[in-house]
Amino acid sequence: MRTSFKFLILILSTSFLFVSCGNKGNNSNKSALNSSKAEKVYVAPGEHDSHYAFISGGYSGNLTVYGLPSGRMFKEIPVFSQFPTTGYGYSEETKPMLNTSFGQIPWDDSHHPDISQTNGVLDGRWIFINGNNTPRIARISLTTFETEEIIEVPNSAGNHSSSFITENTEYVVAGTRFSVPVPQVDVPINEYKGNFKGALSFIKVDKETGRMGIKFQILMPGFNYDLSHPGRDKSHGWFFFTTYNTEEASTLLEVNASQNDKDFIAAINWKKIEEYVDNGGGTKMPTNYAHNVYDEHTHTATSTMVKEVLTVNPADIPGAIYFLPTPKSPHGCDVDPTGEYIIGNGKLSADLTIHSFSKMLEAIENKKFDGEAYGIPILNYEDVLAGSVKSGGLGPLHTEFDGLGNAYTTFFISSEVVKWKIGTWEVIDRKPTYYSVGHLTIPGGNSRKPFGKYMFAMNKITKDRYLPTGPELEHSAQLYDISGDKMELLLDFPTHGEPHYAAAIPADIIKNNSKKFYRLDENKHPYAITSPADAKVVREGKDVHIYMSMIRSHFTPDNIEGVKVGDKVYFHITNHEQDFDVPHGFAMIGANNSELLIMPGQTKTLTWYPKKVGVWPFYCTDFCSALHQEMQGYIRVSPKNSDIKLSWSLDGE
Amino acid sequence: MKKAGIIMIIGSLLLLSLFKFPLWNIMLGAPQYPDPLGMNIHIDGIKGVSEFDLTNIDGLNHYIGMKVIPKPADMWEFSVFPKVIGGMAGLGVLIGLLGFFGKVSYKWFIGWFILMTVLGVLGMYDFNQWLTAYGSDLDPHAIIKVVNPDGSPMSYKPPLLGYQKMLNFDVTSLPHTGGYLMFVGMTLTIVAFFVGKKETKHL
Repeated sequence: MRTSFKFLILILSTSFLFVSCGNKGNNSNKSALNSSKAEKVYVAPGEHDSHYAFISGGYSGNLTVYGLPSGRMFKEIPVFSQFPTTGYGYSEETKPMLNTSFGQIPWDDSHHPDISQTNGVLDGRWIFINGNNTPRIARISLTTFETEEIIEVPNSAGNHSSSFITENTEYVVAGTRFSVPVPQVDVPINEYKGNFKGALSFIKVDKETGRMGIKFQILMPGFNYDLSHPGRDKSHGWFFFTTYNTEEASTLLEVNASQNDKDFIAAINWKKIEEYVDNGGGTKMPTNYAHNVYDEHTHTATSTMVKEVLTVNPADIPGAIYFLPTPKSPHGCDVDPTGEYIIGNGKLSADLTIHSFSKMLEAIENKKFDGEAYGIPILNYEDVLAGSVKSGGLGPLHTEFDGLGNAYTTFFISSEVVKWKIGTWEVIDRKPTYYSVGHLTIPGGNSRKPFGKYMFAMNKITKDRYLPTGPELEHSAQLYDISGDKMELLLDFPTHGEPHYAAAIPADIIKNNSKKFYRLDENKHPYAITSPADAKVVREGKDVHIYMSMIRSHFTPDNIEGVKVGDKVYFHITNHEQDFDVPHGFAMIGANNSELLIMPGQTKTLTWYPKKVGVWPFYCTDFCSALHQEMQGYIRVSPKNSDIKLSWSLDGE
Repeated sequence: MKKAGIIMIIGSLLLLSLFKFPLWNIMLGAPQYPDPLGMNIHIDGIKGVSEFDLTNIDGLNHYIGMKVIPKPADMWEFSVFPKVIGGMAGLGVLIGLLGFFGKVSYKWFIGWFILMTVLGVLGMYDFNQWLTAYGSDLDPHAIIKVVNPDGSPMSYKPPLLGYQKMLNFDVTSLPHTGGYLMFVGMTLTIVAFFVGKKETKHL
């Protein structure tokens, strides 16, 4: 009876998939039932959303902020990519943020945001995100919504299994997806096997300031470290990393890295390694990586090159690292809120594999190993298995939790989200997504305390969901109500770039701490002026420094003469407003970089190379007042050999 | 006249609350200022309700050519008012004490009240004059000039008391804590007068 009932469900759900596929153009369902869905996502004019969602931008290199349940986009926070809107990465103050050991890199591939936690609960102080391409981790302040720190990760490549954080924000990890020679060396690629290493970096986060520093790097065997998740609650102190390519192939990985029936989840007792390191363990290795810090009071970033990193060889700390065999190239690696279950989603599988943390400890205790790899013990698959979800879907990727004993897993190939029960492993519900879902997010859904209520899926393909915009469409997120037994699709909304993962949090935890403006009397920028009376222009050889102030609706000074072709002109501009949401813009004709958008109380610097003789205007780019159009000025550029003295004025004074 | 004397003393001392609390408050709200801008008028100067309110009011007012909100040093009132209030409180306490010991008649209480009322009315008159000047003595080079239907320049004088719509701003002008406590204090001195009268008759 039960089997036939399940069979019926399968038939029904499959036919629903077909129906929905066949009806692609019509699935807006203009029925009366839908009006209640509209009400559930309707946030009336002037009202606020109940949640913030921070959605990674993938190849945009940035992080975008959305409201839930409305799906309205509030802001794009520049992180790893230059951002012409504000001048991030173009202004002199923010250029150092994008410095790396390879020089200035104005772009990255941002994947997995994670909000800081205290006792396993989201505390809303910072959000971390990884740069995948040129390995970096950024920390963004959730009071200013600005990127405050970026640390480059040496010996790493394809920083994918990151930036996940432990439950008191002790560490943020940066695990390498590509193994590489450590240190880098010129070798034949086919000598990969046994010679390449996978660095898993543990970056310590200061409790008060959030400042990051690489504490140690574990030099693991040359597998691909795909995703990771910290232990929670009872498994706090451990970190879990999925691997693929345990075959250690170096060519046509599509086939050659898919030969083993099982790859591993690497279980790492970081507390044990921390202790080992604190007692003088590990090897210092010369290296070179950038550590960039933005100061909120000088409004300026500095970039420091760090020359050394502490590496740890797993063979030197027996008992700290184990491999859990996990079927079919596991991708997502997720830990339930109690910390007992470690979910490995074999992306070439139909099923989910769930390991038990207590069974793992027991097997370790009894030394029940099934061989070893590079000196690291491999546990028996059956000894650590808690169960598996027979889902009937295809290509499981990522799992989040609702805090009520349910888990939600995305299936990329079959384009659906499957809800299942932790412990019984039975499927409770499944809903299609449109289309090809990657990650999903529940507010707090990867922490000890999920807030539930909403879940959203981030889809790779958008096709016919919106009006066409040429061959390229923005990706699509889909919001589901998960407060009932069955998931209910509420809303489609476009996301910017390629959303990989997202972090979401109740708005109340963040909104009251959000900064409204920078205090002018706390502005420590070396070129700031706090009174228009201090405005001046100073020549130092070929460098001309213009100390300028801006307020509705004028610049001081607005006329500058004595600048010459071949000079390098620095506009140091301070916004003198002390009011919420009154930025001013600054744009200079012929500037080879960007504009500036300067927040109230902030100072920013734009460089401009005057190339042509003449009188050239600058103006405010942000409509600031009734006299916005009049907010402008001129610079007179004289020939190289001219003897016109520097002068500046406002209203002839 | 013991009871009357004590009431007189309490009433007079309430004036001193003006050294701590604002006398008057003017709030300026508009759609683009969901948190209204506001100024509190103290006897020794004008302060913003929120830290940067005065700066932002001045920022707005420059469009219509209003002068910046005066600093304490710019107006004689802000050095004289504290002396007047302090003096009147001291005088009231003295009269109350003398009444308490039966050295002066209860009529002195009403005398003090009348003097205080006269000073208060003068103060209000002065305040209104200042508001008028502040709202109508505009910079001739002002960016925005708004005229009344009869062609005369619009005045931006805030109301002395109550509410007025002024262009896009809702302006409300009301007494504040210090002002209310002063009124209570003055009322108490009238009470002291009647209580004193009653106490005297009983003799």
